[in-house]
Amino acid sequence: MIGPHADFIIASYALTAFVVAALIAWVVLDYASQRRVLGDLEERGVTRRSRKD
Amino acid sequence: MAIIDLANPTRFLTLANRVLPWLAAATALLFAVGLYRAMGAPDDYQQGATVKIMFLHVPAAWLGMFGWSLMSVAALGTLVWRHPLADVAGKAAAPIGAAFTFICLVTGALWGRPTWGTYWVWDARLTSMLVLLLLYLAVLALYWTAEDAGRGARAAAILALVGAVNLPIIKFSVDWWNTLHQPASVFRMGGATIDSSILTPLLIMALAFSLLFVTLHLAAMRNEILRRRVRTMQLMQAQQLAEAGT
Repeated sequence: MIGPHADFIIASYALTAFVVAALIAWVVLDYASQRRVLGDLEERGVTRRSRKD
Repeated sequence: MAIIDLANPTRFLTLANRVLPWLAAATALLFAVGLYRAMGAPDDYQQGATVKIMFLHVPAAWLGMFGWSLMSVAALGTLVWRHPLADVAGKAAAPIGAAFTFICLVTGALWGRPTWGTYWVWDARLTSMLVLLLLYLAVLALYWTAEDAGRGARAAAILALVGAVNLPIIKFSVDWWNTLHQPASVFRMGGATIDSSILTPLLIMALAFSLLFVTLHLAAMRNEILRRRVRTMQLMQAQQLAEAGT
């Protein structure tokens, strides 16, 4: 269906999907990690001086 | 809310939390439409089905260059106004821009082999794009290895401004030198030279990748702001412990 160069086309799409998935995983996991550490610190009563709420 | 109000990290976080789900949904929708149109696009009369690689390669190239442009503007904010959000924006853009530049180079090589007969040539367009990737890696090294985060940020900002010289070289390399890479075929005087049956899916995919970039960038900026808060709170905790011990 995609001709004699299918390997090159599939490899391009697979690599792009992998890199995009890695970027998404990086931001999602990093966000979860920062939220967890912030939660732990706040539970221990540590607050930022500039915080007004 | 005035635009300047967004320069406050707390307000930025509120806005990011509000818009990120919508941006992510719009990105997914555009990718669904773009990929459907790309798979249904006709083969090129010379390149055959390998033209489908263009739907990845060209947007990745544009966004690799856009990422560096964004970092250069952010660098001005860091160096001239010393605004913390400018540094956050620059730092968050670097890995995303590097990833898109990497995609551009690898898909270009995979497209080059069946169409040119080679994965790589040291022509001006390919070489200047490789230089862009190396510049991204240098900026990331400055951000990740500097002992003093502020000095690392300033050094990265200076490199971002100096490296911006490479952007017009990439854009006009195909006009200034005799290259194996084809000249511009979308953004050029006289209009695009691509048939609408291929140009339309290309533009939809470009829009989808652009929204993906914006979504990832906002999310990465949010993470960086939280990371700095964590750092501040850890320092305060250490200070409180030290004071309690004396």
